[in-house]
Amino acid sequence: MHGFANPARFLRIARWMTPLLLISGLVLGLGSLWWGVFKAPADELQGETVRIVYLHVPTAWLGMAGWMAVAVASLTELVWRHPLAGIAARASAAPGAVFTAICLVTGSLWGRPAWGTWWVWDGRLTSMLVLLFLYFGYMALASASDQDGQGEARIPAIFGLVGAVNIPIIHYSVLWWNSLHQPPSITMGKSAMAPEFLVPLLIATLGFSLLFGGVVLARMRAILANAQAEARLRRKAMTEDFA
Amino acid sequence: MHENLNQWNFVAASYVIGLAGTLGLVAQSWLAMRKAEARRDRSRGK
Repeated sequence: MHGFANPARFLRIARWMTPLLLISGLVLGLGSLWWGVFKAPADELQGETVRIVYLHVPTAWLGMAGWMAVAVASLTELVWRHPLAGIAARASAAPGAVFTAICLVTGSLWGRPAWGTWWVWDGRLTSMLVLLFLYFGYMALASASDQDGQGEARIPAIFGLVGAVNIPIIHYSVLWWNSLHQPPSITMGKSAMAPEFLVPLLIATLGFSLLFGGVVLARMRAILANAQAEARLRRKAMTEDFA
Repeated sequence: MHENLNQWNFVAASYVIGLAGTLGLVAQSWLAMRKAEARRDRSRGK
């Protein structure tokens, strides 16, 4: 794993992987959404609103996966002092927050016709909203630690790790507590969904995951490039001062 | 009381918000990366 700790090696891989992930993600994501809207059938009970699933489920998955990425990168940063781990954690936070917000909004838009209400304070919806606030907290801490230069980089990393406790709460909330939200339709190796719904949903999830990967790589490259530019300008300023 | 909701309105609103958020995120990340890498390249020459 430490082989990838070298920023130069990372950049060599990220240069070709970023457009590859973004383009393949856009093609699969947009294609599956088009399939979901125009080709997939309506549901017998939920009618046309079932089409929201092709957007809601991938964004819910990425909201949670984004925080898992933050937590794993934070652990790597704390334990192994991996130079790219903190950058990976920071780069994963904003996309995770965006997908969590989209999940909440699309869920609310689905809930109104399906449940008769925009929002209920049940376990699943509330824990997902807490996840969004955790992202905001993480981004604020990371930004504060970056701004004062010598800031404690460990503080956002510890927050990222501790916040991971919310992920199993989100996942199991529909089993632990009574909820309007349905239990998981897809579990390891099993699905309660008919193939005509499941196939576009899996393709949408794959497409959005590739997009997420491409966005994280792009954001990591931006953080690295800004850090390199700052370091060069500081070095130049110091040599000019002593000249 | 029976409400007559047009389900397609909810589907359309979801897709508009979801696509705008996703494409906006991709565009912002890509442009920020290009801008930062151009800044780094400029700092080499200074």
